[in-house]
Amino acid sequence: MATLNVLVLVCVLYVVLLFVVAFGADRAAAQGRGSWLGSPLVYTLSLSIYCTAWTFYGAVGFAARSGLEFVTIYLGPTLVMIGWWWTLRRLVRVGRSQRITSIADLISSRYGKSNLLAVLVTVLAVIGTTPYIALQLQSVTLSFAAFAETDLAATTMPDMQSTALWVAMGLTLFTILFGTRNLDANERHHGVVMAIAMEAVVKLCALLAVGIFVVWGLAGGIAGTLERIEASSIARFEVSGPRWVGLTMVSAAAFLCLPRMFQVMVVENENEDHLRTAVWAFPAYLMLMSLFVIPIAAVGLDMMPDGANPDLFVLTLPLMDGRDGLAILSFLGGFSSATSMVIVAAIALSTMVSNHVVMPIWLHFSGGAAMVSGDVRHVALLARRLSIAGVVLLGYLYFRLSGGGTALAAIGLIAFVGVAQFLPALMGGLFWRGATKTGALLGLSVGAAVWLYCLFLPSFGPSLILPQPVFDNGLWGLTWLRPYALFGAEEMDPVVHAVMWSMLLNTGVFVIGSLLSFPQPLERLQGAQFVNVFDHSGTPGGWTGGMAQSEDLLIMSQRIMGAREAQALFAQAAQRQGVAGYLPEPSPGFLQELERALSGSVGAATAHAMISQIVGGAAVSVEDLMAVADETAQIMEYSSQLEAKSQELARTARQLRQANEKLTQISVQKDGFLSQISHELRTPMTSIRAFSEILRDTGDLTADEQSKYASIIHDEAVRLTRLLDDLLDLSVLENGQVVLNTQTGLLSDLLDRAERAAGVNNSGLTVARDRGAEAVELTSDLDRLAQVFINLIANARKYCDGAPPVLTIRVSVADGHVVVDFTDNGSGIPPEKQAVIFEKFSRIGETKAGGAGLGLAICREIMARLGGSVSYLPGQTGAAFRVSLPQARRMAAQ
Amino acid sequence: MSPERGPVFLARRTYRRRRLADAARLLPVLGGVLFCVPLLWKGGERAPGTAEAMLYVFGLWAVLVAISGVISRHLRAGDSEEDGTSGEEG
Repeated sequence: MATLNVLVLVCVLYVVLLFVVAFGADRAAAQGRGSWLGSPLVYTLSLSIYCTAWTFYGAVGFAARSGLEFVTIYLGPTLVMIGWWWTLRRLVRVGRSQRITSIADLISSRYGKSNLLAVLVTVLAVIGTTPYIALQLQSVTLSFAAFAETDLAATTMPDMQSTALWVAMGLTLFTILFGTRNLDANERHHGVVMAIAMEAVVKLCALLAVGIFVVWGLAGGIAGTLERIEASSIARFEVSGPRWVGLTMVSAAAFLCLPRMFQVMVVENENEDHLRTAVWAFPAYLMLMSLFVIPIAAVGLDMMPDGANPDLFVLTLPLMDGRDGLAILSFLGGFSSATSMVIVAAIALSTMVSNHVVMPIWLHFSGGAAMVSGDVRHVALLARRLSIAGVVLLGYLYFRLSGGGTALAAIGLIAFVGVAQFLPALMGGLFWRGATKTGALLGLSVGAAVWLYCLFLPSFGPSLILPQPVFDNGLWGLTWLRPYALFGAEEMDPVVHAVMWSMLLNTGVFVIGSLLSFPQPLERLQGAQFVNVFDHSGTPGGWTGGMAQSEDLLIMSQRIMGAREAQALFAQAAQRQGVAGYLPEPSPGFLQELERALSGSVGAATAHAMISQIVGGAAVSVEDLMAVADETAQIMEYSSQLEAKSQELARTARQLRQANEKLTQISVQKDGFLSQISHELRTPMTSIRAFSEILRDTGDLTADEQSKYASIIHDEAVRLTRLLDDLLDLSVLENGQVVLNTQTGLLSDLLDRAERAAGVNNSGLTVARDRGAEAVELTSDLDRLAQVFINLIANARKYCDGAPPVLTIRVSVADGHVVVDFTDNGSGIPPEKQAVIFEKFSRIGETKAGGAGLGLAICREIMARLGGSVSYLPGQTGAAFRVSLPQARRMAAQ
Repeated sequence: MSPERGPVFLARRTYRRRRLADAARLLPVLGGVLFCVPLLWKGGERAPGTAEAMLYVFGLWAVLVAISGVISRHLRAGDSEEDGTSGEEG
C-alpha cells in the first residue's frame, strides 16, 4: 500500500531534484559550459508547458465526457506549429529583434509603446491566468487526496487547503530563486527552462507508462482496448461541428497568446533555428501525450465504479490495480505539469505586472529623485519577486474561494477564450501596417468585455455578480443581452457562443477603429518594423540626440541596470565611436541600442519614457523620420554648402592675387622712383656744381656769360626746390596736417587760372570748354582745387599724343556734387597701369620728361581732404579723369 | 566553378526553396481541412465510431508531423519572405 509518507518523500526528493537541475543549468550557463542547454530539443520540451495538469488529468476527464473532442485542444497548437512559416517565424524574429519581454510588451511596442495597452493586456492576462493557477493547485491537492483515500494506514485525511498552500509556497520560492536571477527579462532563464524540459520528459513518460499499462496490462492489448472503446459510452462519434472547429481555433489562438507560451516560445528562444526542430517535434510530443487518452478514458469508464472522478483516472487506475510505483510516477507527471505551468506563468505575469504596472507607478512617484546607482534595479527585482508571490497568491485565493468544485476542463477553456482576445491585435500588428493603437485598444476592450460577460462571469453560476434574472432575461431586462444568447443566438454551446461573439466583435472593432484613426509617428515606425521584419531587421534611428546628456543617461542606466553593466555598455559604445572614457556621443544609434538594453529590463514602454525624459520630449516627429530616412538629401545639401564655400575661397584667392600684383607693381614703381629721384636730383646738382665752378675758377668771363651761367644755376635750383616742395606737400597731405583755406568762387574762374598756370597758351594743346556749364559757385579751398586742375591740364599738355591734342573739360552738377571731367584725345592709359597711376612715384612713359610721378598722388590726397575724389574714367576717347567734389565743402578731413 | 553555371545552380535552389515555403504555408490549411473530415461522418447506421475516428486523426497527425519534419529540414527560419537566398545562411 502506498503510504502518504512515501509519496511526500518522493515529492520532496523530486522538488530537490528540480532545484538541483535548475541550479546546475544556471551554473553551467554562467561558466559558459551550457551549449547543451541551448539545444533545439530543450526548446521543444520547454514548449510542453502547454500541457498542464489540465492536460494530464483533465484530458481523460474531457474524453470520458465528450469522446474525441478533447483532441481539438491539441490540434490547434499542432496546426500553429506546422504553420510556423506564417506566424511563429515572424513572431520569434520580432521578439528577438525588439527585445520583447512579454506579450503585453509586444503589443505595446507595436502600437507606439503605449503603456495603456500594456496595462490592459496585463490585466486581462492576470484575470485569465489566475483561475488557471488555481486549477493547477487544485489538481495537485486532488491527486494527493486520491492517494490518501487508498491509504488505509493514514489516520487523518490531509488538509486540502494546507497542501495547496505548501505547493504554492514552494513554487513561489522556486520561481523567485530561478526566475529573477537576472533583471533583464529578455535574458534566458537557463535553470527554469532546463527544469521545465525535465518535467516535460517526466510527464510524457508518466502518461505513456500509464497508457501502456492500461492498454496492455488492463485491457489486454490493442484489440481489447478497441473493443472496450466500442463498448463504452463514448463509442459513438458525436462531435458537434461548431465545437470541433471552434475549440481548435481557440486552442490555436491561445497557443500563440497565452503569456506562458509566449514566454517560452519567444522570450526564452535562444536561436530562431530551434523552431525548425520544434515545428515537427512539438506536434509529435502533443500526439504522444494524447495517444492514450481515449483508451484510458474508456477503460476507466469500464472498470471504475460509477461516480468516480474521470479527471483522476490516470491516477486511480494504477492505484486500483495496486501498482503503487506507477501511481507515484503518474502523480509526479501531474505534479510536473502543474508546477511547470505555475512557474512559467508566474514569471511571465510578474514581468508584465512589474514592467507595465509597478515600475511606471514607482517612477512616476519617485520622480527620479533617488539617484543611487542601481536603485531602480533593486526596485524592479523586488517588484518582480512580489509580483510572482502575488500572482501565485491570487491563484491560491481563487482556489480557496471557488472551493475547487468545478470540472477541470471548463475553466481551462474559459481562460483560453480570454487570452485569445489578444489575437486580433497581435496578428494585425504583425501583418497589417494600418493597425493602430486606437483600434487595438477598442478591439481588446470590447472582446474582453464580451468574454467577461458571456463566459467568465457566468462560469461562477447564478450568484451575486450575475443573478439568475440576468441569465433569464438579460441585462436590464434586455433579452438580446442574455449572457448565453447574445443578440438572440439561442441554444448555442456557451463556449462557442462566447468565442464567436467576442472574436467577431473584437476583430470588427479593431479593424474599424484602425481604419478610422490616424497613427502617431512612433506607431507607424514600429508598424513598419514589425510588418517588414524580414526585409530590414536593422531599425532606422528614432532618437535625435544632441540635446541628450550622456552623463544623465549613464546615471539613469546605472540605476536600472546596475553600475557595472551600464558602464560596460557605455564604454563599449564609446570605444566603437572612437571616444575615450565612458561617455559616448548620444548618437541616434547609441540611444536606440540603449533603449533596447533598458527595455529588456523594464519593458519597451518604460524604457522609451525614461529615455525621452532625458533626451527631451517627443523625440520622434515626422520631420525627424524624414530627415533620417532621406539621408541623401542631407548629403546633397552638405555638398552644395561645400561648393559655395569653395567658390568663396576661389574669390578670396583671386582678390589676394590682385592685391599681390598691385604690391609687386608698387614695389617696381618705388625702385623706379628712387632711381628717378636720384637722377632728378643729381642732374640739376651736377649742372649747378659745374656752372658754379666755372664762375669761381674762370676769371675772364663776360658779363653775358656770367649772367647766362647764373640763370642756369637759378633755374636748376628752382627745379630742385619744386621737386622738394612736391615731396613735402605730399608728406603733409598724407599726414593730415594740411590747413585748408576755404574760399568761395566760380568754377570758370578757377579753370581759367588753372589753364593759364599749366602753360597751355604756349603749347599746341587746345582746351575745349563749355563756359555756360562752368558758372557754378564753389565753396572750398580753391587754391588746392586749382592745384588739382593745373596738374590734370599739365598732364594732358605733357602726355597727350593726339594730333592735334585737344583737352575737353565738361562740368556737370548732380546730387550736390560738382563733377568735372578732363578728357583728352590721346592714346590714354593702358589698363594695367590704371590701377597704379594714383600711387606715389607712379610715372607713365618712362622716357618722357616730366615730374617725379607725384602729381596724381598729390591730387588724390587733396581731393580726399576736400571731401571729393579724383578717379580715372576708363572707356573714353583718350585719357580721362573725373574730379568730383561737394558743392559746399564739408569738413571731411579734420 | 564557371561563372555561367553558378547562377543556374543558385536559381534552382532558390526556386526549390520558394516552393518549399509555399508548401510550409499550405500545410496547416491542408491539415485543418483534413482534421474536419470526421465531422462529415455523423449519422447513419454504418458511420465510423470513436475508434475509427481516433485512428484517422492520429494517423493524419503522424503524417503531418512527418511532412512538417521534411519541409523544415530544408527551410531556415531566417530566410527572407521574398528571396530564399538572402538571410543568415551562407
